Amino acid sequence: MAALTREEINFFLDSAEGFLEIAKRPVKKVPALRGKTVVNLFFEPSTRTRVSFEIAQKRLSADAVNFTASSSSTKKGETLLDTVKNIEAMAPTVLVIRHGAAGAAHFVAARTSAAVVNAGDGRHEHPTQALLDLFTMRKQKGRIEGLKVAIIGDIANSRVARSNMHALRTMGAEVSICGPGTMLPPHPEVFGVKSCNRLADALDGADVVMALRIQKERQGVATLPSDREYATFYGIGPRSLELTKPDCIVMHPGPINRGVEISSEIVDGPRSVILQQVESGVAVRMAVVYILAGGDRE
Amino acid sequence: MFESPLRKLLDETALKRTLERMAHQIIEDSAGVDSLALVGVVRKGDMLAARLKKIIDRVAGGDIPVGSLDITLYRDDIDLMGSIPVVRATSIPFDITGRTLVLVDDVLFTGRTIRAALDALMDLGRPKAIRFAALVDRGSRELPIQPDYTGLSTHISIEERVKVELVEDGLSDGVFVYRAESGWVPGED
Repeated sequence: MAALTREEINFFLDSAEGFLEIAKRPVKKVPALRGKTVVNLFFEPSTRTRVSFEIAQKRLSADAVNFTASSSSTKKGETLLDTVKNIEAMAPTVLVIRHGAAGAAHFVAARTSAAVVNAGDGRHEHPTQALLDLFTMRKQKGRIEGLKVAIIGDIANSRVARSNMHALRTMGAEVSICGPGTMLPPHPEVFGVKSCNRLADALDGADVVMALRIQKERQGVATLPSDREYATFYGIGPRSLELTKPDCIVMHPGPINRGVEISSEIVDGPRSVILQQVESGVAVRMAVVYILAGGDRE
Repeated sequence: MFESPLRKLLDETALKRTLERMAHQIIEDSAGVDSLALVGVVRKGDMLAARLKKIIDRVAGGDIPVGSLDITLYRDDIDLMGSIPVVRATSIPFDITGRTLVLVDDVLFTGRTIRAALDALMDLGRPKAIRFAALVDRGSRELPIQPDYTGLSTHISIEERVKVELVEDGLSDGVFVYRAESGWVPGED
């Protein structure tokens, strides 16, 4: 997301609008990518992103093949490059890759003729998540420019936060971040965001609150005393929303730790657009796969 | 860059008259407009469909449904497109099953757009019949497709490009012929 211009982001978002309606048809399929093969290379566990991509690809009539690290030759010691070269030999049009190392998608893109979609690379970026978040905000609020967005939680370890901070800045939103000191980036100014120590400062007047998952898999042991302490200081509950704008929406990229970063009341409440995010996800991923599969390669 | 047209096929008055005639033909063919609906191909076709609807409603009475169809995802030339067009929403807010649909497009050329539109409509239901209205039939067909209602039938060289300009797009009404550009965007015609 760091490299995309406002025009490019808008192009993806505008295209995604056209794909949203397909999910409401009796026949949820268009022949756009008939005869094209898309390989989903997932070196890290993922359910919703993989399922979302797979549904998107199938609705475009592409042949979707999944490759997951736990059941693959990676376990047998094959390198990323060899895996990619082998898959390349089977002539896919698009590769969707998720990997634990930052830059993995970039590395692969430079070494294959297929179009590559980054479905999350380590702590670096998760561009389709940021696009679907932006898409959801635009749908709910009618605009992105000028929105006040509070991103709460494990910012430093989160590729979702990173992609969103880049994209929101490009689109002209005002972003505040908040979380325990151990989870904040040391130099928030590089993202053009305001870093707050107190949750109340970040939530003040917000149009959008985005709670992030506490990523136990990416942390050392000493970042948090306990889940309960986190919930007390940084959890999003009904009282948090007294500080925001009255029509503020609440987002979460999932999977949710209920009662830790966000309370059940909020997740299931009227302000939550968490399931709209999931719905947007399919439309946005259809747009991304379709755009990358056709025409000129960028 | 502003380019001036080589010649004019229809001016404002002729365009208006042509649409009136097409609307009357559509009404005449469909005994009663009860099961009739118009579907315009995005983007010019849906503007023309909206105009035809107004005329048909005025003449025959009633309020016939009108929808718009984006055929981008049904094209057969995704690998040939220089740049990817924005996919626009298809909006057909009525059940097409059992209806007689009139598909409306501005210019009929190779016939590939209409092939795609027929496939797209079939995915949305099972219409009783589909008829096709083209404002301009410029010839050079690549598929066996013929319009049921034609505003103007003429042969235009493939070196040239037919453009329907409408007030809905901030232009004045008219149909013009331009020199085909080298950077021709599929779907523009």
